[in-house]
Amino acid sequence: MPPTTSAIEVDALAKAYGRLKAVDGVSFSVGAGEIFGMVGPNGAGKTTTIECLEGLRSPDGGVVRVLGLDPREDGHELRERIGVQLQQSALPDDMKVWEALDLFASYYRKPAAWKPLLDRLEIADKKNARFSKLSGGQKQRLFIALALVNDPELVFLDELTTGLDPHARRSMWDLVRAIRERGKTVFLTTHYMEEAEHLCDRVLVIDHGRVVALDSPANLVRGLKSEIRILFTAEPGFDPASLEGLPGVARVEKNGEKVIVAGQGDRLIVAVVNALDAQGVRFRDLRTEQPDLEDVFLALTAESGLDGGSR
Amino acid sequence: MKGFWKLAWVEIKLYLRQPEAAFFTLVFPMLLLFLFGSIYGNKPNPFFGGRGMVDVSTPAYLAMIIGSTGLMSISITVSSYREKGVLRRYRATPIRPAAVLASQIIVHFLMTLFGGALLIASASLVYGLRFEGRPLDVLFGFTLSTLSFFAVGFLLASVAKTARTANILGLVLYFPNLFLSGATIPKQTFPRALRAAGKFIPLTHVVDLLQGLWAGDALGRHLLEIAVLAGLLVVGVAVSARAFRWE
Repeated sequence: MPPTTSAIEVDALAKAYGRLKAVDGVSFSVGAGEIFGMVGPNGAGKTTTIECLEGLRSPDGGVVRVLGLDPREDGHELRERIGVQLQQSALPDDMKVWEALDLFASYYRKPAAWKPLLDRLEIADKKNARFSKLSGGQKQRLFIALALVNDPELVFLDELTTGLDPHARRSMWDLVRAIRERGKTVFLTTHYMEEAEHLCDRVLVIDHGRVVALDSPANLVRGLKSEIRILFTAEPGFDPASLEGLPGVARVEKNGEKVIVAGQGDRLIVAVVNALDAQGVRFRDLRTEQPDLEDVFLALTAESGLDGGSR
Repeated sequence: MKGFWKLAWVEIKLYLRQPEAAFFTLVFPMLLLFLFGSIYGNKPNPFFGGRGMVDVSTPAYLAMIIGSTGLMSISITVSSYREKGVLRRYRATPIRPAAVLASQIIVHFLMTLFGGALLIASASLVYGLRFEGRPLDVLFGFTLSTLSFFAVGFLLASVAKTARTANILGLVLYFPNLFLSGATIPKQTFPRALRAAGKFIPLTHVVDLLQGLWAGDALGRHLLEIAVLAGLLVVGVAVSARAFRWE
Protein backbone atom coordinates (compact mmCIF):
# COMPACT_ATOMS: atom_id res chain seq x y z
CA MET A 1 0.00 0.00 0.00
CA PRO A 2 2.44 2.71 -1.13
CA PRO A 3 1.19 6.19 -0.28
CA THR A 4 0.31 8.43 -3.21
CA THR A 5 0.96 11.94 -1.88
CA SER A 6 3.39 12.11 1.01
CA ALA A 7 2.95 14.04 4.22
CA ILE A 8 6.34 12.89 5.48
CA GLU A 9 9.44 11.72 3.62
CA VAL A 10 12.41 10.44 5.57
CA ASP A 11 15.58 9.18 3.95
CA ALA A 12 18.54 7.78 5.89
CA LEU A 13 17.81 9.79 9.03
CA ALA A 14 20.62 9.56 11.58
CA LYS A 15 21.10 11.01 15.04
CA ALA A 16 23.68 10.10 17.66
CA TYR A 17 24.13 11.17 21.26
CA GLY A 18 27.83 10.84 21.85
CA ARG A 19 28.69 7.29 20.78
CA LEU A 20 25.10 6.05 21.01
CA LYS A 21 23.43 5.91 17.60
CA ALA A 22 19.86 6.67 18.62
CA VAL A 23 18.62 6.70 15.03
CA ASP A 24 20.76 4.93 12.46
CA GLY A 25 19.65 5.27 8.84
CA VAL A 26 15.87 5.27 9.08
CA SER A 27 13.85 5.73 5.86
CA PHE A 28 10.10 5.73 5.33
CA SER A 29 7.29 7.84 3.99
CA VAL A 30 3.82 8.61 5.31
CA GLY A 31 0.92 9.26 2.95
CA ALA A 32 -1.53 12.09 3.40
CA GLY A 33 -4.55 10.90 5.37
CA GLU A 34 -2.80 7.89 6.86
CA ILE A 35 -2.70 6.86 10.50
CA PHE A 36 0.93 5.82 10.67
CA GLY A 37 2.35 4.17 13.76
CA MET A 38 5.90 3.77 14.96
CA VAL A 39 6.49 1.02 17.51
CA GLY A 40 9.60 -0.19 19.24
CA PRO A 41 11.02 -0.99 22.66
CA ASN A 42 12.01 1.82 25.02
CA GLY A 43 15.14 3.49 23.70
CA ALA A 44 14.59 2.22 20.15
CA GLY A 45 14.73 5.75 18.73
CA LYS A 46 11.02 6.57 18.49
CA THR A 47 11.05 9.89 20.30
CA THR A 48 14.28 11.02 18.65
CA THR A 49 12.76 10.30 15.24
CA ILE A 50 9.51 12.12 16.00
CA GLU A 51 11.41 15.09 17.43
CA CYS A 52 13.51 15.33 14.27
CA LEU A 53 10.27 15.42 12.26
CA GLU A 54 8.82 18.13 14.50
CA GLY A 55 11.96 20.25 14.19
CA LEU A 56 12.70 20.05 17.91
CA ARG A 57 15.93 18.17 17.29
CA SER A 58 18.53 18.49 14.53
CA PRO A 59 19.46 15.26 12.77
CA ASP A 60 23.13 14.45 12.15
CA GLY A 61 22.37 13.10 8.71
CA GLY A 62 19.70 12.19 6.21
CA VAL A 63 16.90 14.06 4.50
CA VAL A 64 13.63 14.90 6.20
CA ARG A 65 10.65 16.54 4.48
CA VAL A 66 7.48 17.20 6.44
CA LEU A 67 4.60 18.74 4.46
CA GLY A 68 7.27 19.53 1.89
CA LEU A 69 9.32 21.52 4.41
CA ASP A 70 12.71 20.93 6.00
CA PRO A 71 12.02 20.95 9.76
CA ARG A 72 15.41 22.53 10.47
CA GLU A 73 15.28 25.28 7.87
CA ASP A 74 11.56 26.02 7.94
CA GLY A 75 10.77 25.03 11.51
CA HIS A 76 8.72 28.12 12.19
CA GLU A 77 6.54 27.67 9.12
CA LEU A 78 6.20 23.95 9.83
CA ARG A 79 5.01 24.54 13.38
CA GLU A 80 2.18 26.68 11.99
CA ARG A 81 0.90 23.64 10.11
CA ILE A 82 1.47 20.69 12.45
CA GLY A 83 -0.11 19.73 15.75
CA VAL A 84 2.10 18.19 18.40
CA GLN A 85 1.41 16.15 21.50
CA LEU A 86 4.70 15.55 23.31
CA GLN A 87 5.55 12.57 25.44
CA GLN A 88 6.86 14.73 28.27
CA SER A 89 5.48 18.18 28.65
CA ALA A 90 3.33 20.21 30.97
CA LEU A 91 1.59 23.52 31.41
CA PRO A 92 2.04 25.85 34.36
CA ASP A 93 0.22 24.38 37.37
CA ASP A 94 -2.15 27.29 37.81
CA MET A 95 -3.05 27.77 34.15
CA LYS A 96 -6.74 27.11 33.49
CA VAL A 97 -7.92 24.88 30.67
CA TRP A 98 -9.61 27.69 28.74
CA GLU A 99 -6.60 29.97 29.21
CA ALA A 100 -4.28 27.35 27.74
CA LEU A 101 -6.47 26.95 24.64
CA ASP A 102 -6.95 30.70 24.25
CA LEU A 103 -3.20 31.27 24.67
CA PHE A 104 -2.08 28.55 22.27
CA ALA A 105 -4.65 29.69 19.70
CA SER A 106 -3.07 33.15 19.82
CA TYR A 107 0.30 31.70 18.73
CA TYR A 108 -1.00 30.74 15.29
CA ARG A 109 -1.77 32.66 12.12
CA LYS A 110 -4.97 30.76 11.47
CA PRO A 111 -6.28 29.34 14.73
CA ALA A 112 -9.33 27.10 14.88
CA ALA A 113 -12.19 28.07 17.19
CA TRP A 114 -11.17 26.47 20.47
CA LYS A 115 -14.57 26.34 22.16
CA PRO A 116 -15.85 23.44 19.98
CA LEU A 117 -12.62 21.59 20.81
CA LEU A 118 -13.60 21.61 24.49
CA ASP A 119 -16.79 19.77 23.59
CA ARG A 120 -15.19 17.40 21.11
CA LEU A 121 -12.64 16.35 23.71
CA GLU A 122 -15.20 16.24 26.50
CA ILE A 123 -13.39 18.67 28.76
CA ALA A 124 -15.98 21.48 28.57
CA ASP A 125 -16.89 20.93 32.23
CA LYS A 126 -13.20 21.36 33.13
CA LYS A 127 -12.95 24.70 31.34
CA ASN A 128 -12.10 26.62 34.51
CA ALA A 129 -10.03 23.89 36.16
CA ARG A 130 -6.33 24.47 36.71
CA PHE A 131 -3.88 22.20 34.92
CA SER A 132 -2.56 20.69 38.18
CA LYS A 133 -6.08 19.60 39.17
CA LEU A 134 -6.70 17.54 36.02
CA SER A 135 -6.49 13.75 35.93
CA GLY A 136 -4.02 12.03 33.59
CA GLY A 137 -6.72 11.41 31.00
CA GLN A 138 -7.98 14.98 31.18
CA LYS A 139 -4.44 16.30 30.71
CA GLN A 140 -4.03 14.12 27.63
CA ARG A 141 -7.33 15.40 26.25
CA LEU A 142 -6.20 18.95 26.81
CA PHE A 143 -2.90 18.25 25.07
CA ILE A 144 -4.77 16.79 22.10
CA ALA A 145 -6.99 19.87 22.04
CA LEU A 146 -3.83 22.03 22.03
CA ALA A 147 -2.43 19.91 19.20
CA LEU A 148 -5.58 20.63 17.17
CA VAL A 149 -5.96 24.30 18.01
CA ASN A 150 -4.32 25.44 14.76
CA ASP A 151 -6.40 23.05 12.63
CA PRO A 152 -3.18 21.26 11.56
CA GLU A 153 -2.69 19.16 8.43
CA LEU A 154 -0.54 16.66 10.30
CA VAL A 155 -0.77 15.62 13.96
CA PHE A 156 2.06 14.00 15.95
CA LEU A 157 1.04 11.94 18.95
CA ASP A 158 3.92 10.61 21.04
CA GLU A 159 2.92 7.86 23.48
CA LEU A 160 -0.61 9.17 23.58
CA THR A 161 -2.11 6.55 25.87
CA THR A 162 0.81 5.68 28.13
CA GLY A 163 -0.39 5.74 31.73
CA LEU A 164 -4.09 5.77 30.87
CA ASP A 165 -6.57 3.15 32.02
CA PRO A 166 -8.07 0.82 29.38
CA HIS A 167 -11.30 2.76 29.14
CA ALA A 168 -9.55 6.08 28.60
CA ARG A 169 -7.27 4.40 26.08
CA ARG A 170 -10.23 3.19 24.00
CA SER A 171 -11.76 6.62 23.94
CA MET A 172 -8.42 8.07 22.80
CA TRP A 173 -8.51 5.66 19.87
CA ASP A 174 -11.93 6.99 18.89
CA LEU A 175 -10.50 10.48 19.03
CA VAL A 176 -7.58 9.57 16.78
CA ARG A 177 -9.93 8.02 14.23
CA ALA A 178 -12.08 11.15 14.35
CA ILE A 179 -9.00 13.29 13.64
CA ARG A 180 -8.27 11.24 10.54
CA GLU A 181 -11.88 11.42 9.40
CA ARG A 182 -11.40 15.17 9.25
CA GLY A 183 -8.82 14.60 6.57
CA LYS A 184 -5.70 14.91 8.68
CA THR A 185 -2.62 12.73 8.74
CA VAL A 186 -1.72 11.15 12.07
CA PHE A 187 1.78 10.04 13.03
CA LEU A 188 1.86 8.26 16.36
CA THR A 189 4.25 6.27 18.49
CA THR A 190 3.16 3.68 20.98
CA HIS A 191 4.48 0.68 22.78
CA TYR A 192 1.06 -0.95 23.01
CA MET A 193 0.86 -3.37 20.09
CA GLU A 194 -2.87 -3.67 20.52
CA GLU A 195 -3.12 0.05 19.93
CA ALA A 196 -1.04 -0.06 16.76
CA GLU A 197 -3.03 -3.04 15.49
CA HIS A 198 -6.41 -1.38 16.04
CA LEU A 199 -5.54 2.11 14.95
CA CYS A 200 -2.82 2.21 12.34
CA ASP A 201 -2.98 1.77 8.58
CA ARG A 202 0.69 1.00 8.57
CA VAL A 203 3.19 0.27 11.29
CA LEU A 204 6.92 0.87 11.32
CA VAL A 205 8.80 -1.35 13.75
CA ILE A 206 12.03 0.25 14.93
CA ASP A 207 14.72 -1.20 17.17
CA HIS A 208 18.21 0.01 18.01
CA GLY A 209 17.62 2.97 15.74
CA ARG A 210 16.94 0.87 12.64
CA VAL A 211 13.79 -0.04 10.74
CA VAL A 212 12.97 -3.68 11.39
CA ALA A 213 9.68 -3.87 9.46
CA LEU A 214 7.18 -1.59 7.76
CA ASP A 215 3.75 -2.80 6.62
CA SER A 216 0.08 -2.96 7.53
CA PRO A 217 -0.61 -4.78 10.81
CA ALA A 218 -2.38 -7.61 8.94
CA ASN A 219 0.54 -8.14 6.57
CA LEU A 220 3.02 -8.09 9.43
CA VAL A 221 1.06 -10.77 11.25
CA ARG A 222 0.73 -12.86 8.08
CA GLY A 223 4.44 -12.54 7.47
CA LEU A 224 5.25 -13.95 10.88
CA LYS A 225 4.26 -17.50 9.80
CA SER A 226 3.77 -18.42 13.40
CA GLU A 227 1.30 -21.10 14.32
CA ILE A 228 -2.41 -20.88 14.91
CA ARG A 229 -3.71 -22.78 17.92
CA ILE A 230 -7.17 -24.34 17.99
CA LEU A 231 -8.47 -25.13 21.46
CA PHE A 232 -11.55 -27.18 22.27
CA THR A 233 -13.01 -29.56 24.80
CA ALA A 234 -13.80 -33.11 23.57
CA GLU A 235 -15.51 -36.13 25.12
CA PRO A 236 -13.17 -38.37 27.20
CA GLY A 237 -12.77 -41.15 24.62
CA PHE A 238 -11.46 -38.90 21.87
CA ASP A 239 -8.23 -40.01 20.25
CA PRO A 240 -6.10 -37.01 19.22
CA ALA A 241 -3.97 -39.04 16.87
CA SER A 242 -6.82 -38.92 14.35
CA LEU A 243 -6.08 -35.24 13.70
CA GLU A 244 -2.34 -35.50 13.32
CA GLY A 245 -2.38 -36.42 9.65
CA LEU A 246 -4.46 -33.43 8.56
CA PRO A 247 -2.85 -30.87 6.24
CA GLY A 248 -1.25 -27.99 8.13
CA VAL A 249 -1.36 -29.63 11.56
CA ALA A 250 1.97 -29.55 13.34
CA ARG A 251 1.06 -31.24 16.58
CA VAL A 252 -1.88 -32.19 18.79
CA GLU A 253 -1.89 -32.11 22.58
CA LYS A 254 -4.50 -33.61 24.85
CA ASN A 255 -4.79 -32.82 28.50
CA GLY A 256 -7.84 -34.47 30.05
CA GLU A 257 -10.80 -33.12 28.09
CA LYS A 258 -8.88 -30.20 26.66
CA VAL A 259 -7.33 -30.51 23.22
CA ILE A 260 -4.93 -28.13 21.51
CA VAL A 261 -4.22 -28.40 17.79
CA ALA A 262 -1.34 -26.27 16.58
CA GLY A 263 -0.50 -25.64 12.96
CA GLN A 264 -0.44 -23.22 10.05
CA GLY A 265 -2.53 -22.08 7.14
CA ASP A 266 -5.85 -20.37 6.54
CA ARG A 267 -7.56 -23.78 5.99
CA LEU A 268 -6.50 -25.28 9.31
CA ILE A 269 -9.72 -24.57 11.18
CA VAL A 270 -11.91 -25.90 8.39
CA ALA A 271 -9.85 -29.09 8.17
CA VAL A 272 -9.99 -29.71 11.92
CA VAL A 273 -13.71 -29.00 12.29
CA ASN A 274 -14.59 -31.12 9.26
CA ALA A 275 -12.52 -34.05 10.58
CA LEU A 276 -14.14 -33.86 14.01
CA ASP A 277 -17.57 -33.71 12.43
CA ALA A 278 -16.83 -36.63 10.09
CA GLN A 279 -15.71 -38.75 13.06
CA GLY A 280 -18.83 -37.80 14.98
CA VAL A 281 -16.74 -36.39 17.82
CA ARG A 282 -18.72 -34.17 20.19
CA PHE A 283 -16.76 -31.04 20.98
CA ARG A 284 -17.52 -27.68 22.56
CA ASP A 285 -15.89 -24.36 23.54
CA LEU A 286 -13.87 -24.24 20.35
CA ARG A 287 -11.76 -21.15 19.92
CA THR A 288 -8.61 -20.16 18.10
CA GLU A 289 -5.54 -18.24 19.13
CA GLN A 290 -3.93 -16.38 16.29
CA PRO A 291 -0.69 -14.49 16.38
CA ASP A 292 -1.14 -10.77 16.76
CA LEU A 293 1.09 -7.76 16.35
CA GLU A 294 2.54 -8.36 19.77
CA ASP A 295 3.93 -11.71 18.61
CA VAL A 296 5.31 -10.03 15.50
CA PHE A 297 6.89 -7.35 17.62
CA LEU A 298 8.46 -9.81 20.05
CA ALA A 299 9.78 -11.95 17.20
CA LEU A 300 11.23 -8.98 15.30
CA THR A 301 12.81 -7.24 18.24
CA ALA A 302 14.18 -10.47 19.73
CA GLU A 303 16.15 -11.09 16.52
CA SER A 304 17.88 -7.74 16.58
CA GLY A 305 18.03 -7.15 20.28
CA LEU A 306 19.92 -9.63 22.45
CA ASP A 307 21.07 -6.71 24.58
CA GLY A 308 17.61 -5.14 24.50
CA GLY A 309 16.59 -3.15 27.53
CA SER A 310 20.06 -1.83 28.16
CA ARG A 311 19.05 1.61 26.94
CA MET B 1 5.31 38.68 18.19
CA LYS B 2 2.00 36.84 17.77
CA GLY B 3 0.71 35.71 21.12
CA PHE B 4 3.26 37.69 23.10
CA TRP B 5 0.85 40.03 24.90
CA LYS B 6 -1.59 37.26 25.61
CA LEU B 7 1.23 35.21 27.09
CA ALA B 8 2.32 38.18 29.20
CA TRP B 9 -1.25 38.68 30.43
CA VAL B 10 -1.66 34.99 31.31
CA GLU B 11 1.70 35.07 33.12
CA ILE B 12 0.56 38.05 35.21
CA LYS B 13 -2.52 36.09 36.27
CA LEU B 14 -0.36 33.05 37.05
CA TYR B 15 1.98 35.21 39.12
CA LEU B 16 -0.85 36.53 41.23
CA ARG B 17 -2.21 32.99 41.72
CA GLN B 18 1.00 31.88 43.43
CA PRO B 19 0.53 32.97 47.02
CA GLU B 20 4.25 32.90 47.93
CA ALA B 21 5.39 35.07 45.01
CA ALA B 22 2.61 37.60 45.52
CA PHE B 23 3.35 37.64 49.25
CA PHE B 24 7.03 38.50 48.94
CA THR B 25 6.45 41.11 46.24
CA LEU B 26 3.26 42.78 47.37
CA VAL B 27 2.45 41.98 50.99
CA PHE B 28 5.71 41.48 52.89
CA PRO B 29 7.20 44.93 52.13
CA MET B 30 3.99 46.56 53.35
CA LEU B 31 4.01 44.46 56.51
CA LEU B 32 7.53 45.73 57.26
CA LEU B 33 6.49 49.28 56.47
CA PHE B 34 3.57 49.16 58.90
CA LEU B 35 5.57 47.27 61.55
CA PHE B 36 8.51 49.69 61.66
CA GLY B 37 6.32 52.67 60.83
CA SER B 38 4.12 51.99 63.84
CA ILE B 39 7.17 51.61 66.11
CA TYR B 40 9.30 54.54 64.93
CA GLY B 41 6.91 56.77 63.00
CA ASN B 42 8.39 59.09 60.36
CA LYS B 43 9.64 62.06 62.37
CA PRO B 44 12.85 63.69 61.09
CA ASN B 45 15.75 62.21 62.99
CA PRO B 46 19.44 63.19 62.93
CA PHE B 47 20.25 59.45 63.03
CA PHE B 48 18.84 59.22 59.47
CA GLY B 49 20.45 62.48 58.33
CA GLY B 50 17.45 64.57 59.24
CA ARG B 51 14.95 62.28 57.54
CA GLY B 52 12.33 59.97 58.98
CA MET B 53 12.50 56.19 59.34
CA VAL B 54 9.93 55.65 56.59
CA ASP B 55 11.70 58.08 54.21
CA VAL B 56 14.85 55.99 54.46
CA SER B 57 13.18 52.58 54.61
CA THR B 58 10.89 52.94 51.62
CA PRO B 59 13.65 52.95 48.96
CA ALA B 60 15.33 50.12 50.91
CA TYR B 61 12.12 48.08 50.72
CA LEU B 62 12.05 48.73 46.97
CA ALA B 63 15.42 47.00 46.86
CA MET B 64 13.92 44.12 48.85
CA ILE B 65 11.18 43.67 46.24
CA ILE B 66 13.78 43.70 43.45
CA GLY B 67 15.79 41.06 45.31
CA SER B 68 12.78 38.80 45.71
CA THR B 69 11.53 38.93 42.10
CA GLY B 70 15.07 38.64 40.70
CA LEU B 71 16.64 36.02 42.93
CA MET B 72 13.53 33.99 43.70
CA SER B 73 10.59 34.41 41.29
CA ILE B 74 12.38 34.52 37.95
CA SER B 75 14.80 31.71 38.63
CA ILE B 76 12.15 29.42 40.14
CA THR B 77 9.57 30.09 37.43
CA VAL B 78 11.96 29.60 34.53
CA SER B 79 13.70 26.53 35.94
CA SER B 80 10.42 24.84 36.88
CA TYR B 81 8.99 25.58 33.41
CA ARG B 82 12.03 23.90 31.96
CA GLU B 83 11.91 20.94 34.32
CA LYS B 84 8.21 20.24 33.81
CA GLY B 85 8.36 20.62 30.04
CA VAL B 86 6.38 23.85 29.71
CA LEU B 87 9.20 25.37 27.64
CA ARG B 88 9.29 22.21 25.50
CA ARG B 89 5.59 22.53 24.79
CA TYR B 90 6.00 26.19 23.80
CA ARG B 91 8.88 25.25 21.51
CA ALA B 92 6.53 23.03 19.51
CA THR B 93 4.42 26.10 18.60
CA PRO B 94 5.31 29.07 16.41
CA ILE B 95 5.96 31.41 19.35
CA ARG B 96 9.58 32.60 19.29
CA PRO B 97 11.79 31.47 22.19
CA ALA B 98 12.85 35.10 22.72
CA ALA B 99 9.19 36.06 23.17
CA VAL B 100 8.78 33.45 25.91
CA LEU B 101 11.79 34.83 27.81
CA ALA B 102 10.77 38.44 27.18
CA SER B 103 7.31 37.73 28.60
CA GLN B 104 8.94 36.57 31.84
CA ILE B 105 11.03 39.73 32.03
CA ILE B 106 8.13 42.05 31.34
CA VAL B 107 5.77 40.30 33.77
CA HIS B 108 8.29 40.26 36.61
CA PHE B 109 9.21 43.87 35.90
CA LEU B 110 5.56 44.91 36.04
CA MET B 111 5.05 42.98 39.27
CA THR B 112 8.14 44.60 40.81
CA LEU B 113 6.84 47.99 39.73
CA PHE B 114 3.37 47.19 41.09
CA GLY B 115 4.80 46.10 44.45
CA GLY B 116 6.88 49.30 44.56
CA ALA B 117 3.89 51.49 43.69
CA LEU B 118 1.75 49.88 46.39
CA LEU B 119 4.53 50.45 48.91
CA ILE B 120 5.11 54.09 47.96
CA ALA B 121 1.38 54.84 47.93
CA SER B 122 0.92 53.32 51.40
CA ALA B 123 3.95 55.11 52.83
CA SER B 124 2.71 58.43 51.44
CA LEU B 125 -0.86 58.03 52.64
CA VAL B 126 -0.10 56.66 56.10
CA TYR B 127 3.26 58.19 57.02
CA GLY B 128 3.56 61.24 54.77
CA LEU B 129 6.57 59.85 52.89
CA ARG B 130 8.96 62.62 51.75
CA PHE B 131 10.57 62.51 48.32
CA GLU B 132 13.46 64.85 47.47
CA GLY B 133 14.83 63.14 44.35
CA ARG B 134 14.31 63.40 40.61
CA PRO B 135 11.63 60.94 39.45
CA LEU B 136 13.44 60.04 36.22
CA ASP B 137 16.70 59.32 38.06
CA VAL B 138 14.88 57.11 40.53
CA LEU B 139 13.11 55.31 37.69
CA PHE B 140 16.49 54.78 35.99
CA GLY B 141 18.03 53.42 39.19
CA PHE B 142 15.03 51.18 39.77
CA THR B 143 15.07 49.82 36.21
CA LEU B 144 18.83 49.21 36.16
CA SER B 145 18.68 47.43 39.54
CA THR B 146 15.71 45.32 38.48
CA LEU B 147 17.25 44.23 35.18
CA SER B 148 20.56 43.41 36.89
CA PHE B 149 18.84 41.17 39.41
CA PHE B 150 16.70 39.58 36.70
CA ALA B 151 19.91 38.76 34.83
CA VAL B 152 21.18 37.07 38.00
CA GLY B 153 17.85 35.20 38.24
CA PHE B 154 18.29 33.91 34.68
CA LEU B 155 21.88 33.01 35.51
CA LEU B 156 20.66 30.89 38.45
CA ALA B 157 18.03 29.23 36.24
CA SER B 158 20.74 28.53 33.67
CA VAL B 159 23.32 26.96 35.96
CA ALA B 160 20.82 25.04 38.13
CA LYS B 161 19.94 21.68 36.61
CA THR B 162 16.65 21.32 38.51
CA ALA B 163 14.00 23.65 39.86
CA ARG B 164 14.91 22.43 43.34
CA THR B 165 18.51 23.51 42.94
CA ALA B 166 17.40 26.89 41.59
CA ASN B 167 15.10 27.25 44.58
CA ILE B 168 17.88 26.50 47.05
CA LEU B 169 20.40 28.77 45.27
CA GLY B 170 17.81 31.54 45.25
CA LEU B 171 17.13 31.20 48.98
CA VAL B 172 20.81 30.99 49.87
CA LEU B 173 21.47 34.22 48.00
CA TYR B 174 18.23 35.98 48.90
CA PHE B 175 18.43 35.99 52.69
CA PRO B 176 22.00 37.33 53.12
CA ASN B 177 21.16 39.94 50.50
CA LEU B 178 17.99 40.81 52.35
CA PHE B 179 19.52 41.24 55.82
CA LEU B 180 23.10 42.38 55.14
CA SER B 181 22.30 44.97 52.47
CA GLY B 182 20.21 47.23 54.66
CA ALA B 183 17.10 46.36 52.67
CA THR B 184 15.22 45.31 55.82
CA ILE B 185 17.26 46.58 58.77
CA PRO B 186 18.66 50.11 58.36
CA LYS B 187 22.40 50.02 57.74
CA GLN B 188 22.83 52.93 60.15
CA THR B 189 22.32 50.39 62.95
CA PHE B 190 25.04 48.01 61.65
CA PRO B 191 28.47 47.73 63.33
CA ARG B 192 31.33 49.00 61.16
CA ALA B 193 32.60 45.52 60.17
CA LEU B 194 29.17 44.45 58.98
CA ARG B 195 28.81 47.59 56.90
CA ALA B 196 32.17 46.89 55.28
CA ALA B 197 31.14 43.29 54.55
CA GLY B 198 27.89 44.57 53.07
CA LYS B 199 29.86 46.15 50.21
CA PHE B 200 30.28 42.63 48.83
CA ILE B 201 26.53 41.99 48.81
CA PRO B 202 25.01 42.99 45.46
CA LEU B 203 21.74 44.21 46.94
CA THR B 204 23.67 46.72 49.10
CA HIS B 205 24.40 48.64 45.93
CA VAL B 206 20.71 48.72 45.05
CA VAL B 207 19.87 50.03 48.52
CA ASP B 208 22.61 52.67 48.38
CA LEU B 209 21.65 53.76 44.87
CA LEU B 210 17.91 54.00 45.52
CA GLN B 211 18.27 55.67 48.95
CA GLY B 212 20.70 58.19 47.48
CA LEU B 213 18.56 59.00 44.45
CA TRP B 214 15.46 59.16 46.65
CA ALA B 215 17.16 61.79 48.83
CA GLY B 216 18.10 63.89 45.79
CA ASP B 217 21.66 62.77 45.00
CA ALA B 218 22.81 63.29 41.42
CA LEU B 219 23.44 60.07 39.44
CA GLY B 220 27.10 61.09 39.29
CA ARG B 221 27.51 60.51 43.02
CA HIS B 222 26.61 56.83 42.59
CA LEU B 223 28.88 55.74 39.78
CA LEU B 224 30.23 52.84 41.85
CA GLU B 225 26.75 51.39 42.39
CA ILE B 226 25.80 51.96 38.76
CA ALA B 227 29.01 50.28 37.59
CA VAL B 228 28.51 47.27 39.89
CA LEU B 229 24.91 46.79 38.78
CA ALA B 230 25.72 47.25 35.10
CA GLY B 231 28.53 44.70 35.50
CA LEU B 232 26.10 42.26 37.13
CA LEU B 233 23.72 42.77 34.23
CA VAL B 234 26.39 42.09 31.61
CA VAL B 235 27.74 39.01 33.40
CA GLY B 236 24.24 37.64 34.04
CA VAL B 237 23.16 38.04 30.42
CA ALA B 238 26.45 36.67 29.04
CA VAL B 239 26.45 33.56 31.25
CA SER B 240 22.73 32.91 30.70
CA ALA B 241 23.07 33.24 26.94
CA ARG B 242 25.80 30.57 26.97
CA ALA B 243 24.48 28.23 29.64
CA PHE B 244 20.70 28.42 29.28
CA ARG B 245 19.04 25.19 28.14
CA TRP B 246 15.47 24.74 26.97
CA GLU B 247 15.25 21.22 28.38
